[in-house]
Amino acid sequence: MSNTASPRLDAEAITTKERGQWEMVGRRFFRHRAAVVSTVIFVLIILFAYVGPLLWKWDYKIHSEIPSWAAPSLAHPFGTDKAGRDMLGAMMQATKQSLNVALVVAIGSTVIGALYGAVAGFYRGWVDSVLMRFLDIMFVIPFLVITGALAGAIDTSVRWYHMAIILAVFGWTSIARAVRAEVLSLREKEFIEAARSAGGSDWHIITKHLIPNTMSVIIVSATLQIAFAILSETTLSFLGLGIQSPDTSLGLLIEAAGASAFNEHWYLFYIPGVMIILIALTINFIGDGMRDAMDPRQTMVRR
Amino acid sequence: MVVFIIRRTLMMIPVLLGATILCFVLVDIPNDPVQDRVFEIEQSTGEPVPQTTIDALEASWYYDRSIPERYWIWLTGIGDTNGDIGLLQGKWGPSIEGSAMDIGYEISSRFWITLRLVLFATIASIAIAILAGVVSAVKQYSKTDYILTFLGFLFLAMPIFWLGSLFKEGAVQLNKLLGSTIFQTYGSGTTGFQGNGWEVFVDSLPYLIVPTLVLMLGGYAAISRYQRASMLEVMNSDYVRLARAKGVRNGTVMRRHALRTALIPVATFAPLALSGAMGGAMVTESIFGWRGLGVYSLDAINAGDTFAVMAYVLISGVVVLIGVLISDILYGVLDPRIRYE
Repeated sequence: MSNTASPRLDAEAITTKERGQWEMVGRRFFRHRAAVVSTVIFVLIILFAYVGPLLWKWDYKIHSEIPSWAAPSLAHPFGTDKAGRDMLGAMMQATKQSLNVALVVAIGSTVIGALYGAVAGFYRGWVDSVLMRFLDIMFVIPFLVITGALAGAIDTSVRWYHMAIILAVFGWTSIARAVRAEVLSLREKEFIEAARSAGGSDWHIITKHLIPNTMSVIIVSATLQIAFAILSETTLSFLGLGIQSPDTSLGLLIEAAGASAFNEHWYLFYIPGVMIILIALTINFIGDGMRDAMDPRQTMVRR
Repeated sequence: MVVFIIRRTLMMIPVLLGATILCFVLVDIPNDPVQDRVFEIEQSTGEPVPQTTIDALEASWYYDRSIPERYWIWLTGIGDTNGDIGLLQGKWGPSIEGSAMDIGYEISSRFWITLRLVLFATIASIAIAILAGVVSAVKQYSKTDYILTFLGFLFLAMPIFWLGSLFKEGAVQLNKLLGSTIFQTYGSGTTGFQGNGWEVFVDSLPYLIVPTLVLMLGGYAAISRYQRASMLEVMNSDYVRLARAKGVRNGTVMRRHALRTALIPVATFAPLALSGAMGGAMVTESIFGWRGLGVYSLDAINAGDTFAVMAYVLISGVVVLIGVLISDILYGVLDPRIRYE
């Protein structure tokens, strides 16, 4: 622009760069220090779980040449357990399985919840009433009991995808509520009216206009859903109603560690526990950063 | 107000009906306790089980009829029964653990043990959440605020079962160190302790401390973040500024003007905290070896004992709905704009 205009206009030229919506969101996100640090740690955890097993010589299974109950050392950085399992290998597998569950739950429950909430908010009236009463019912049902009962009823040994499906089917209610609240106000906006007068069908309006406009709510909820799924899955596995051996999960590792928090096998208890906390903590910080970054009312000024 | 409470109580009934129907179907379909028991008997005796035994088992557990019929008979007890089923008649149905395990007796003896823990934990977590949230808001962007916020995030990320195991072992160590038993870490009360209600309660206190602490820390963080946000919003509002401008003392402004309004949104979270504590009680009870409702439900799930699971679902549902009702009433007390006609 400046090379075509005369030098006189240079002073009047717009000096700010044009930025797209996602660029703005990205810039705001990177300003949130805790969220950025958390993202780095979370990526490292993902690498640990998915790339780690390719690099480390031991897997999560019991090997006869591994000494039993060895304290952390160079050969076994996270020690070994009673049966002779390398805990670093077991941690990689356990983290992978817990993350598998969490990521599938985050996607599955978000899709269910977003559609449910959008339909309820869009149609209002009796559709909304019926759908919301069903949410009330879901709220009353004890989450651990129903998910545990379904996981416990699986005849074969429970795998991570069983847990993922069960948790996704029962874990979407909070997203549905958040999306519905957003859609209730969006549906009164002019652009929805315009879409309708242009002959857009209900389904078109919901999927092409309402859901994209609630994306910020949905992305934040989906992120926080990862933390929720990790905590639920490990709790169920700890109670013996989740992933079962020979497979492993962070909850199972802690259950196996039992009462060793203050004896010489402390590492069996703390390492998986810290891993769960790290995942949930970083996810919560990332979700917080995203919420700040995507809030259109955000003014860049800390309040 | 009375009309409001009655209306809300009546509205609970369809919700409870829906929840029990859904649970009944989901718990009942994948489980077949008759087949499991037949398999068990075959394993122990090594002979095929005669058809008459199977029929008797099916008849005693009502597995000789379809799921809708079984639900109906569980709810009402109307029809061809052995006289041990029918919720509306005060009978909880047969447990597959045999007639020695009466669901009604188990539930009523365990109910107070769990309720004690859940109520203490809920009240404690709401109290500490209000405290932490208000302190954070008043000292916004100070070191205290950052530390409290970080602690909140930390406890939000901590699984209750891990925290529970840690605190239990920690209490054991502390007891060893002090050479005393201030913290009881196993069971919900002294075994075989007899006495009136108050004595039983006093006896249970040392057993309550650590599990309550665990549930409190597991539940307070989410509420305290909302308390902080709502307190900040109120503190920046015009009427608080006006009160300050009039020269009202700072403490009075905070207490009388700001805090009271800032408490309103938190009332929404009371039922959430309650249902969270009910779920958390399942975990802490199994860690601390309590014979409470949570552990009972876990055992029932593992055994595929539909009627026992249903009893837990119903009781936990009623407790949560009462929590919702109380939070609605609290709204009216805290917010003068809301009136229940």
